[in-house]
Amino acid sequence: MSEEQEKNYLDNGEGFRSWFFTVDHKRIGVMYLWAIGVFFIVAAIASFLLRAEHLTPGPTIVNADTYNVLFTLHGSMMVFLFIVPGVAASFGNFLIPLMIGAKDVIFPKLNLYSFWLYLAGALIFMLALAAPADTGWTFYTPYSIETGANVILITFGVFVLGFSSILTGINFIVTMHKLRAPGMTWDRLPLFCWAAYATSLLQVLATPVVGITLLLLIGERYFGLGFFDPAKGGDPVMFQHFFWFYSHPAVYIMILPAMGIVSEIMPVFARKPIFGYKAIAYASLAIALISFLVWGHHMFVSGQSKLVNIIFSVITYAVAVPTAIKVFNWLWTLYKGSIELSTAMLYSLAFIFLFTIGGLTGLFLGALAADVHLHDTYFVVAHMHYVMIGGTVFGFFAALHFWYPKMWGRMFDEFKAKIAFVLIFIGFNVAFFPQFIMGTLGMPRRYFNYAPEFQSLHVVSTYGTWIIGIGFILMLWNLMRPLPGKAPANPYNSLSLEWSMDSPPGTFNFDDIPTVTEPVYNYGTKIEEGA
Amino acid sequence: MDNHASYKSLINIWLFLIFLTVVTVGAAQIDFGALNVLIAIFIASIKAGVVAYHFMHLKHEDGLTWIYASYPIFLLFLLISFTLTDMFSRVIN
Repeated sequence: MSEEQEKNYLDNGEGFRSWFFTVDHKRIGVMYLWAIGVFFIVAAIASFLLRAEHLTPGPTIVNADTYNVLFTLHGSMMVFLFIVPGVAASFGNFLIPLMIGAKDVIFPKLNLYSFWLYLAGALIFMLALAAPADTGWTFYTPYSIETGANVILITFGVFVLGFSSILTGINFIVTMHKLRAPGMTWDRLPLFCWAAYATSLLQVLATPVVGITLLLLIGERYFGLGFFDPAKGGDPVMFQHFFWFYSHPAVYIMILPAMGIVSEIMPVFARKPIFGYKAIAYASLAIALISFLVWGHHMFVSGQSKLVNIIFSVITYAVAVPTAIKVFNWLWTLYKGSIELSTAMLYSLAFIFLFTIGGLTGLFLGALAADVHLHDTYFVVAHMHYVMIGGTVFGFFAALHFWYPKMWGRMFDEFKAKIAFVLIFIGFNVAFFPQFIMGTLGMPRRYFNYAPEFQSLHVVSTYGTWIIGIGFILMLWNLMRPLPGKAPANPYNSLSLEWSMDSPPGTFNFDDIPTVTEPVYNYGTKIEEGA
Repeated sequence: MDNHASYKSLINIWLFLIFLTVVTVGAAQIDFGALNVLIAIFIASIKAGVVAYHFMHLKHEDGLTWIYASYPIFLLFLLISFTLTDMFSRVIN
């Protein structure tokens, strides 16, 4: 064993250059984690300001124009800088080679390049803040063409970020095809990898469409091309078609990796094999495929034809099937399990509960008649946040805690982490459940002002965000102050390959490529025999 | 496996692409009515196919790569067909 191999990946080199020019997938994953973490916090601060603004009708802390800028900043930063690259780029990079028994991803330099592209896109995005856009994260025409705000810079930032996403996706797909260890057959592949594979498919296939769409938008603003301008024979609804052709699959780019995380954590803390391994794996692919067929459900009241509305409504219901398959399989995994309520498990259980609410309320919006009433109201805001926070962010937090010992080589205080979880869980529901009620009562989204009868619900919602904020700060403070002493290699008795090595792993992961001889979720047999 | 094509072959492909560009420009001089766009897309598709097959080495690749390369064509079909269905079936009051 060489000296370099003996060092763990965190200690193998110090200073800016050793990180910025590294091709180690673990270090790249960690850099993504820090980067998306920073943007998550900035975008979250914008959301706290938005909620504080709604403590009273009319101006409270900002004016209407600043409010428009804030919700654009919150939405676009959360979507393009945090949640789309989020789990896939950070934990995907860190975990996939470890889970499949490889020394790195197949294109390490391309991996670093995609991180640099991410930083370049983020930098352009930040420059745009000097004269921020006010269009919302969807950049809908005709407003995005007519507004005096700076739309081009932010859309160009998104364009560059898209390339980063595509390159990461290509890297993961080829890695999983070419670098699986002997015996790591497709039906033994960890479900996080299956989810990452489905996510990568979406990244590679859908992202170019939004790139082209945003280029058309830039061309429309600069040169008056007329793609989306009816006066020149264009069609503003066509922008929405193109935009959502990417952005609906992007919803699954956001949620699928979190589903993969839950699939990893459930069997470990239920001490049972995952129920319906193949069903969950194939459901990931089915979600990826069907997600390309439902984009029109964002446009039921945009002037889209009735015929197409009906087609998209029916297909939208179809996407609930593979999603429900996953939820039922997780529940069956818990059934008669020996459940340990660790912090990671609590976040995973909350994921199921909150994501189910988010998913089912999506069916309300997929129904044509109901959507006419609920479209562009706070019901949509609540639905989206139940999926994105209740689903993706809770999954992300579960991963932060579950793989913390492996990533940093230290343990954290479980008790404080659980208090933080309780605060975040309660705060989240206090913040967003009232928004379902407001939405059904007719409170429109993205409005600076509101009718006085909505004030009490707005105030409750704002208080909820404060509870989330306290919980988040506690969680962060706790994770920044690890317990003394080195973490064991496998503190949770997991059977997955990443736990078979030291915590944190060495630079090249495995001294010798392992040979896999049994299913990855063989809990209830091997562990109990060994105990 | 040596995937490098001979210069002669590459030049022939390049000349073919130039020829198709000339055809595109020529076709643009004639008004085919509703077929204008279809003809332009058809010629462009042949050019894209030739580039993918030869210059992007698809001819050396296995079935899985072909599936990955072909699937976006299906997605493009979906995008165009649904969008056009919407545009042609709208009832403007």
